Amino acid sequence: MDDLISVVDWSRWQFALTAMYHWLFVPLTIGLALIVAIMESVYVKTRSAKWLAMTKFWMLLFGINFAVGVATGIILEFEFGTNWSNYSWFVGDIFGAPLAIEGIVAFFMESTFIAVMFFGWKKVSPRFHLTATWLTAIGTALSALWILIANAWMQQPAGMEFDPAQMRNVMDDFWALVLSDTAVAKFTHTVASAWTLAGVFVIGVSCWFLLRKRNVEMAMSSIKVAGWVGFAGILTTLATGDLSAVNVAKHQPMKLAAMEGLYDGSRGQELVAIGILNPDKRYDNDENPYLFHISIPKGLSFLATHDFNAFVPGINDLIEGYEIDENGETVTCVGYADRIAIGKESHEALRAYDTAMADGDVAGMEVALEKLRSTYKYFGYGYLDSPAEAIPPVAMTFYTFRIMVIAGGYLLLFFIVALFAVYYREQWLRNKVVQWIGMLSIVVVWVCSQSGWITAEVGRQPWVIQDLLPTRAAISDISSATVQVTFFMFAAVFTILLIAEISIMLSQINKHSKEDIETISKD
Amino acid sequence: MALEHLQIYWWLIISVLGALLVFLLFVQGGQSMLLDTRNAMDRTLMVNSLGRKWELTFTTLVVFGGAFFASFPLFYSTSFGGAYWLWMLILFSFVGQAVSYQYRRKSGNIYGTRFYDWLLFINGCVGCFLLGVAVSMFFFGAEFTVRMGNILDPGSPVISQWVPSHGFEAIFSWRNWILGLAVLFLARTQASLYFMNNIAGDDSFFNLNKRRVLVNGVIFVVFFLAFTALLWTYDGYNFTPDGWERLKGKYFYNYIEMWWCIVLWLIGVVMVLYGVLKSAFAKHYTKGIWWSGIGTVLVVLTLFWVAGYNNSAYYPSLIDPASSLTINNSSSTEFTLTVMSFVSILVPFVLAYIWYVWYKMDHKPITPSEMEGDGEHVY
Repeated sequence: MDDLISVVDWSRWQFALTAMYHWLFVPLTIGLALIVAIMESVYVKTRSAKWLAMTKFWMLLFGINFAVGVATGIILEFEFGTNWSNYSWFVGDIFGAPLAIEGIVAFFMESTFIAVMFFGWKKVSPRFHLTATWLTAIGTALSALWILIANAWMQQPAGMEFDPAQMRNVMDDFWALVLSDTAVAKFTHTVASAWTLAGVFVIGVSCWFLLRKRNVEMAMSSIKVAGWVGFAGILTTLATGDLSAVNVAKHQPMKLAAMEGLYDGSRGQELVAIGILNPDKRYDNDENPYLFHISIPKGLSFLATHDFNAFVPGINDLIEGYEIDENGETVTCVGYADRIAIGKESHEALRAYDTAMADGDVAGMEVALEKLRSTYKYFGYGYLDSPAEAIPPVAMTFYTFRIMVIAGGYLLLFFIVALFAVYYREQWLRNKVVQWIGMLSIVVVWVCSQSGWITAEVGRQPWVIQDLLPTRAAISDISSATVQVTFFMFAAVFTILLIAEISIMLSQINKHSKEDIETISKD
Repeated sequence: MALEHLQIYWWLIISVLGALLVFLLFVQGGQSMLLDTRNAMDRTLMVNSLGRKWELTFTTLVVFGGAFFASFPLFYSTSFGGAYWLWMLILFSFVGQAVSYQYRRKSGNIYGTRFYDWLLFINGCVGCFLLGVAVSMFFFGAEFTVRMGNILDPGSPVISQWVPSHGFEAIFSWRNWILGLAVLFLARTQASLYFMNNIAGDDSFFNLNKRRVLVNGVIFVVFFLAFTALLWTYDGYNFTPDGWERLKGKYFYNYIEMWWCIVLWLIGVVMVLYGVLKSAFAKHYTKGIWWSGIGTVLVVLTLFWVAGYNNSAYYPSLIDPASSLTINNSSSTEFTLTVMSFVSILVPFVLAYIWYVWYKMDHKPITPSEMEGDGEHVY
């Protein structure tokens, strides 16, 4: 059992490492593709040499970044099989479909038209080239769509039923999978956050040009395009973040409680704006959850249900059996100790079904199936030994959520100021402090983006499929030493690639900040 | 369509993707030659010729994996989680490829051009060889068991169990080496054919590739014949109403019983040989890649078909025949396969725009002057 836990932990570390590295590059790809497409559209309309040079410059950075995103992406896809073998069978009938659609619909589109973007300037007409650039941008977004649908399904399983004969879940409603609340919110939230990230990146790099007093006109035009893309992105991210919060309250209330460090909920629950958690607090003691906090009265109730006076359950409430129903009402539900007992009954029913099927005992199969159907909702809890195991890591979820929200608020202000300055107060942008703030904001937006994913993924632990399959039962039959070796191999390779990317990216930016960009873009 | 028909249809899709992937491995074959070039311009031409196609190969590999996951998830679960080291080494080799073209000559490249050329070389050799090893297991099997009931054991819940070597035993199996080496030398042969078609270099560069076509082609044919002899005499699993039986020459019988397989196999072999021999001995023939490429696709298609159809186990378990994977016991459900079949209607459109784009982009071969021209994106 100890080795099993170790394999689970190392497999989680490896997957997290791959996903986090992948997500360093992907949002920039998605957002920069849109920005480049907009710039090239202006070029095709105006045939201005400046816009052509701008397009080529940002496209160059897009290409440098795209390569590493591709490299880390293939690892992620195959790690579902290599490290999560049980998962691949238990839900492969459902989860595999979006991955395959992603490949057929999006990856071929990206990989075909990106070649035209880079090599087609003298081989195809400007309009054909522009179409290729837009199709690449659309391809990146479509790619995100399908993988996010797959991810959303893990958080809100929908459109499926359990097949006891094959001991796996099978799809019975494709559109329920595609259009679930969580899928819609996750796609819009994530893609909009990618626009935000790329907007900050372009503005930050443009600030470097302004600092070096080189290609100033290009930098100002880039700030305008990136400012609007980023502003649209951050507004959409905030709006869909609200949608996500409501969904989490409905479908993953334990995650919401962890995000807030909330143990005992109440009506009109306050929202912790800033706080420090008490490390001694556990669900089964009476310690104060916070060492310090500043809260917004009734904020969490409104965030979770859009009702200032609604009840929001905490970790203890959920363990004892209180939650919010689909209508936002507080209801008594099954407590976690009972869920574990029911989950074990579900396992027994499945075992009985399997035995009866092997014996050809049709009556026995029917009895077992009836029991299984009535208990399957809590099947995953059968793997747990105590309610404490169903609580995600509270501190990591709590702090990363706050980092994301505070950084998001800063980024809204950032884009408002950037747009106001570039249109009405250009002199602000010639101030070195402002320029450095612009550049350092690149770090902020990446921290924000990574924090969002950590909140979403750590907050849903211990589940790989919400309520149905805990992470510990999703693994492959490999030793922890094996996974440790590949973990460190991946860590080394990804770090080498990251250093290579940053070095080349900085070199290209530096090169273009020393000379006239319209000259360099011909090289 | 009934589930059985959908399983056949999806094995056909997998076969097409697998066959296209083997053809597109000419990119890797070309990479395996990058450390042995006459001069910098030759290498630049080769890298840029390959660099405009690498993503097609890469994407086909990714889609091949995704389609396998969607249509035959038990294979995904068993093979990837079981032959862990085999797949990990394949993945590591492809990670290096993805960045090398973009980074090798960019300013700020702190590792140097040679570093990335080595990564491309490793991907070229290791990627081809290990993918051949992985496909070889479709015939010669592996040591694994599949027990669905394991999922109810909290202490050891994994359904698919593999021998502790986790893929190393496949890498060091002499049978798998034969197909691995055949794939590697096929890829090198096709890369030379591709360079003859896609690069307008000087005559000596063209003649060099002619020689390479011949040398690599002959080595490939030797390994291919050895693999064919081994395959046709091997004891494969045959599923009967009474269960599994080992049948001497199972795959040979599959070729005969599915007559279209042997016909297409013969046509494919003749096309590959025609493409290789005409390119090697004609004065200036550049279309060999098409003959060889289409021939390769046909031969690989038949290999997948004899592995999966006609009551065969496409992933035989050497220690528990009942655990062997077939297209019937490892597939997704009728509902999912139907949904995916609607999506597969898009495949002809995808192939059409890929063809159209590359028709527009490749109607003139790459030239040395293009590598030195203004405003060109050069790797």
